[in-house]
Amino acid sequence: MNVSRRAITLGGLAAAAGTIAPLTAGRAQARPVIRVGCLTDMSGPYKDLAGPGAVSAIKQAIQEFGVAGKGFDVEVLVADHLNKPDVGTTVARQWFDRDGVDVIVEVANSGVALAVANVAKEKNKVYLNTGAATSDLTAAACNANTIHWVYDTYMLAQSTGAAMVKSGGDSWFFITADYAFGKALQRDTTDFVTNAGGKVLGGVTYPFPGTTDFSSYLIQAQSSGAKVLGLANAGTDTINTIKQAKEFGIKMRLAGLLLFLTDIHSLGLEVSQGIVLTDSFYWDMNDRSRAFSDRYTANMKGTRPTMVQAGVYSSISHYLKAATAMGVDKAKLDGAATIAQLKAMPTDDDCFGAGSIRADGRKIHPSYLWEVKKPGESKGPWDYYKAVASTPADKAFRPLDKGGCPLVKA
Amino acid sequence: MFMIFGIPGPLLFGQLLLGLINGAFYAMLSLGLAVIFGMLNIINFAHGALFMMGAFVAWMLLNYIGIGYFPALILAPLIVGAFGILLEKTIISRLYKLDHLYGLLLTFGLSLVIEGLFRNGYGSSGLPYRIPAALQGAMDLGFMFMPIYRGWVVLAAAVVCLATWAIIEKTSLGATLRAATENAPLVQAFGVNVPRLITLTYGGGIALAAFAGVLAAPIYSVNPNMGTNFINTVFAVVVIGGMGSILGSIVTGFALGVVEGLTKVFYPQASATVVFVVMVIVLLTRPRGLFGKAA
Repeated sequence: MNVSRRAITLGGLAAAAGTIAPLTAGRAQARPVIRVGCLTDMSGPYKDLAGPGAVSAIKQAIQEFGVAGKGFDVEVLVADHLNKPDVGTTVARQWFDRDGVDVIVEVANSGVALAVANVAKEKNKVYLNTGAATSDLTAAACNANTIHWVYDTYMLAQSTGAAMVKSGGDSWFFITADYAFGKALQRDTTDFVTNAGGKVLGGVTYPFPGTTDFSSYLIQAQSSGAKVLGLANAGTDTINTIKQAKEFGIKMRLAGLLLFLTDIHSLGLEVSQGIVLTDSFYWDMNDRSRAFSDRYTANMKGTRPTMVQAGVYSSISHYLKAATAMGVDKAKLDGAATIAQLKAMPTDDDCFGAGSIRADGRKIHPSYLWEVKKPGESKGPWDYYKAVASTPADKAFRPLDKGGCPLVKA
Repeated sequence: MFMIFGIPGPLLFGQLLLGLINGAFYAMLSLGLAVIFGMLNIINFAHGALFMMGAFVAWMLLNYIGIGYFPALILAPLIVGAFGILLEKTIISRLYKLDHLYGLLLTFGLSLVIEGLFRNGYGSSGLPYRIPAALQGAMDLGFMFMPIYRGWVVLAAAVVCLATWAIIEKTSLGATLRAATENAPLVQAFGVNVPRLITLTYGGGIALAAFAGVLAAPIYSVNPNMGTNFINTVFAVVVIGGMGSILGSIVTGFALGVVEGLTKVFYPQASATVVFVVMVIVLLTRPRGLFGKAA
């Protein structure tokens, strides 16, 4: 086992070394070039869960696909959207109009994600979103140029909400970030909790961004008498809430509605043990995910990939397969046709296994409920999760006919 | 259970106490700002970044050379204070003759650079820093569960604030310092090295920020953005207390922490805004601030 993993890692490195030369040498022969734009958060709150790791995952996908032998080249462009929709759309337009970018990938931050989807549609290019949470991307805001790859608010709410109620957590209190994402998450989770027979006893919405002290809200939550504390926020806010819940001896069960592996790494197991969360990918979930993650880690200084970074790898791998299948020249010409090709082919990769893409642009795969390990249970760095439950691919996401995506009617 | 304005009494007392704890941070940070403004006439926007550096230095001391929390409480302010002195000597001192606005812009730029460097080096999701073993646990006060560490923060902040106030207002060193800000050439004529005094004052103000940073490290995640979240509120505190007023910044810091704490019970959405509402009211009625001296 150890031997085979090391062999794969070395194989990945060899591939990495092998493809650099053809990438540059190929340009002189006027082979077709696919340009991939990674639009992500390189400096803000989502840098660790996407950012440089996402860029590395793109390069890994290209190297392992072995473009050298396929008769075309791939270039990668990177930009920071600064979590501002106007910056995101400006970069997207520049990339499509001036720099000849064919596909934009990643885009963590729901606000930027929705804005970029419109640009991709207008310019008829390919847009593969892995980092944004909003389920609107495959509902009213869906379009024929967009695929939402990894997770969404519906998936998170269903998996965490319903599972907590099933295991006895039938009364909830929410601490919610006061903006569209937090409110959507609370709304969706409330539906699942009440449908499963639980009830919501109350909640506080706090100012976003800029709140660092959650102790006051935690005391309010505690005095509500609810069994479960739902955290409808993300990033540093969630981290601070969890730390302070531990500090104030909050006895409630914590349900992180959007938590990433890097958040747990930042919190440390001492503080985060026992938290229940939903991710569609965890590096240590099977042999294939471990093999992928070892290759990723070789490029990324000992960090492990989040589901967002895994999604970048998965989506670019699938894109390259589809582009090769339909012909690179044709893929560069028509974004909607390329997306149709992506949807027509079943997906299969080391991160998410076998899956498919629905008509509304939703990539489907199972979702998993994890519990954070106790410090004593963890065998080494990044050994953080143990599996609690899973939801099969066809049940994990909002039913196709419930989203109101215009593409579905046809 | 008795009720006050429809809120259970214990919950309200809990919030008052929490407000006081947050107020301790506001007081320490605004005190440093007030000292620097009062003595140097520099609006030090880099204060938040240096607060963050205090927390990071504590983290580095622990993780790179194994120095724990209590030594870090002394060492980190010294290290960051020395860095502050370096900044003052090399960059900030060039702006003393210019309008305040230039100092503000310069220190704002510096804070962006410092935060950017830490973000590049250590990522944005923050690093864990444990509460020291001696201060772990909590006391049950009857109306709330009071973490011992938070109590320690209030105590440490109160002691440091009072000591700073006493040094500036009650000692001969403080008297010289105050005289130097009134009339630097005259004090220099008495044989006092005024530029060195000013440099040390800046270093001292920065050390206060770093001290607050170390205190904050176990509570909040050690994060490159942790100063930005505080700095706007702290500036409002300084304005409300009266620019440059030492006592004003301490009292206002604690008081606004309490006001904010109460807002979190009655209307949480407004808790980030309430400090600025107070600022507007104070500026309209007492433009020099609650404790500011007349011109």
